[in-house]
Amino acid sequence: MTESSITGLLESDCKTRLRLSVNGTERTVEVEPRRTLADALRDDCGLTGTHLGCEHGVCGACTVLIDGNPVRSCLMFAVQAADVDIRTVEGMASPDGTLNPLQESFMRHHGLQCGFCTPGFLLLSEAVLAARPDIDDAELREALSSNLCRCTGYQGIIDAVRAVRDAV
Amino acid sequence: MGDGISGLPGRGKGINETGIGHPALRLEDPPLLRGEGSFLADLNFPGQVHMRVVRSSAACGRLVGLDLSEALAAPGVVAVFTGADMSETPLIDFRQVGYDELRPYLQPVLAQDSVRYVGEPLAAVFAVDPYLAEDAAELIWPEIEAGEAVLESRSPLAISAMTLRADYGDVTAAMSAAHRVVELTCEVGRHSGIPLETRGLLAKPSGGGLEIYGIAKVPHYNCATLAAMLHLPAGSVVGREGHVGGGFGVRGELYPEDVLVAWAALRLSRPVKWVEDRWEHFLAANHSRDQVYVLRAAVDEDAVIQAIDAEIFHDQGAYVRTHGATVPSLSVAMLPGPYKVPSYRAACHIRLTNKTPAGTYRAPGRFESTFARERLVDAVAVEFGIPPAEARRRNLIALEEMPFDRRTETLGTRVVYDSGDYARLLGRLLAHVDYEALSESLSQRRANGELVGLGLGMFVEKSGLGPFDDVRVTRLEDGTVEVCTGAASVGQGMETVIAQIASEVLGVGYSSVRVRHGQTDLIGRGLGAFASRVTVMTGVAVYLAAKRLLANDVTGGSVEYTFNSDHMTYPYGAHAAVVKLDPGTGGVEIERYVVAYDVGRSVNPMLIEGQIVGGAAQGIGGSLYEEYRYDSDGGPLVTSFMDYLMPTAENQPPVEVLVSEDAPSPLNPLGLKGAGEGGTNACGAAIAAAVDEAVGCPGAVRTLPLSPERVLSLLGEPGSAVGRRGASRAVSARE
Repeated sequence: MTESSITGLLESDCKTRLRLSVNGTERTVEVEPRRTLADALRDDCGLTGTHLGCEHGVCGACTVLIDGNPVRSCLMFAVQAADVDIRTVEGMASPDGTLNPLQESFMRHHGLQCGFCTPGFLLLSEAVLAARPDIDDAELREALSSNLCRCTGYQGIIDAVRAVRDAV
Repeated sequence: MGDGISGLPGRGKGINETGIGHPALRLEDPPLLRGEGSFLADLNFPGQVHMRVVRSSAACGRLVGLDLSEALAAPGVVAVFTGADMSETPLIDFRQVGYDELRPYLQPVLAQDSVRYVGEPLAAVFAVDPYLAEDAAELIWPEIEAGEAVLESRSPLAISAMTLRADYGDVTAAMSAAHRVVELTCEVGRHSGIPLETRGLLAKPSGGGLEIYGIAKVPHYNCATLAAMLHLPAGSVVGREGHVGGGFGVRGELYPEDVLVAWAALRLSRPVKWVEDRWEHFLAANHSRDQVYVLRAAVDEDAVIQAIDAEIFHDQGAYVRTHGATVPSLSVAMLPGPYKVPSYRAACHIRLTNKTPAGTYRAPGRFESTFARERLVDAVAVEFGIPPAEARRRNLIALEEMPFDRRTETLGTRVVYDSGDYARLLGRLLAHVDYEALSESLSQRRANGELVGLGLGMFVEKSGLGPFDDVRVTRLEDGTVEVCTGAASVGQGMETVIAQIASEVLGVGYSSVRVRHGQTDLIGRGLGAFASRVTVMTGVAVYLAAKRLLANDVTGGSVEYTFNSDHMTYPYGAHAAVVKLDPGTGGVEIERYVVAYDVGRSVNPMLIEGQIVGGAAQGIGGSLYEEYRYDSDGGPLVTSFMDYLMPTAENQPPVEVLVSEDAPSPLNPLGLKGAGEGGTNACGAAIAAAVDEAVGCPGAVRTLPLSPERVLSLLGEPGSAVGRRGASRAVSARE
């Protein structure tokens, strides 16, 4: 079997065409039913800001917002994401590139080093503050313990999110 | 830092706000915050195939058969290769601290006829899609005649590869003359760096050679080594470093999978991409720590240690990899730490077992030896009935003794502490926590039934490993500056630090300095990023190059400069931990954690604090949570983040950081010492001492990590605070 015939076979027999709404833009992708949302975002939509750190739903680097809720995109199939509003890190800054307050606060409080976990933490934080603008420090720590960071020891991340909370 | 910023930090600011000593915001951040980073998995090239490695499921045995037929027939599969295809490829050599005695234990790229650990690469499947590669790999069932796994470095069945030694003074005489001899045995469990980005590599054939993406830490070395292993002309393998999701010693070494990717790209004449998954990372990337220390100290009547005699067992795992004997060498050379120790003898036995091979992890050989040495000093304090801080004061090397010849050697250099005022730093730490008052209040709380304790740990770190660093600093026509270096970034902020140093000299804002690194065709040689060397070696090279550029005073001019250094610099520090134990669960809560660290001179205080806090999180993880465990057949019990617990935002305590600049290094014109590893070094030591005090049994803690199970077992001892309470309850019940 040649590679082109395999690709043809996959496209005709196994793949599903679906529309994804990502950061307010409609995108059409053709994916196998087993394709994770993370892979569809990264490889089919070219949105590689969503990172994969474990692919078993613990580290949270792949966190995206689905209708405003933080979701592990490695644990969700792309076909489950039709008809929902998906938000990724690429949608956070303004179209002119200006960082949003959380992004700027992460920079100011040294909330990132290697930056691999950062997109997941930004989206998690955005969802947490949207749901609980007056969340107290202990609850914030608990909420942020959803994701893993191996560089910062979390201090800068917590300070960054707290600063945005307090600025509101 | 108060003004509004829009993506480009430092723009429009005065130079003095971006030079040495300022907490300048990081130049690296904006693309990472926007999700525009360029990590390995983000890259793709037309025609690429994806690699999936088939790994051994047995810890030890003879590889009898590998039936590839089903995999070869699976959809999308381009090729499957086994050890037989690579029998001509050399073993992966040492990068540093190699010894002939260790050579028989170097790892093959693919197993030939035997396997030595679960996860050892046996075959590799190449397919047009990563899902299909994984599907096909699952159709290969290796036939292995299992042997008996060896999982304990002190087992007589463990292969004894070699013994590293250090010896100065007269230990035997000191032992006979000792007022007291204090002995203890302690051990540090197996854990590792676990960067959040897994490993990966992408090799693309290019003009008879290869372009390599995903390369990290030591790009020049890895490219040159790959070229040699694959019989390519020197310089034809070009490394293109992108963003790197954490290093910690683990990432960037030349692993079997890296050689496989490069070899297959040549063989298949198309780009080959491999992205490790987390399961593979736990099984295949370097493990670390896992050492046992058997110590004896000869102590005089003033509680001054006159000699230490150390026997160390190092569990190297199944093979010796690129690090050779780096970790054992550092353990032996650095064990005496900040204390005088006039006589010292150490033997470190490198033992092979059937676990994943081991290499370096942040503060390699020091996290372990500091734990052991500080346990010993605590035992001396108990023996003499003096406070732990006092036992340390009596033994510290004095300011007047600097530079101090430690009389040990490691990494090709003699250990000579360049500068330091250890007593002053200890004083700073004790004053910060108000030692007497804190001890008193904890004692009060213990009297009220709380299981709380305070522990200290002191250490000397090392940084700035030479022997050289080359840079090219160019002033471009538009007034900006380009720095080209053979160093590397593993996410630590080196671009910002290097730009600040150039900014200081050249009078341009640091955001006008572009730092290019990890591109092997841009500069002839480079040593990369390890051993906390970049700020010292590259930083000083840039400083001196920039000064020369300034003296030349030519627009558009360029200066190449080599900074040579035969000796390392030695930052030093002290940690304090306050813990509270839960008698029901055995959980350890860290109420307070303080790190005092002298870095000689601070280039960016914000980044130094970040290094220390992040390093402390890793040290705390290794002290309390993280441990590779195995079943009795050598089957790993840790294969996911559900089994390997790392600190989270909830259980990581706020770390109080005291950075000092008491002792600039006399070895370089800026006085710099590295800051990367001091946050990790003494975590095990300080936490163990604090748990000791909380348990109420001095010297009880002998093993890390302090899992709830181990803490409960300590609390179950009759002499513990809980045990004594139980006994007194029993007595009152009888009465």
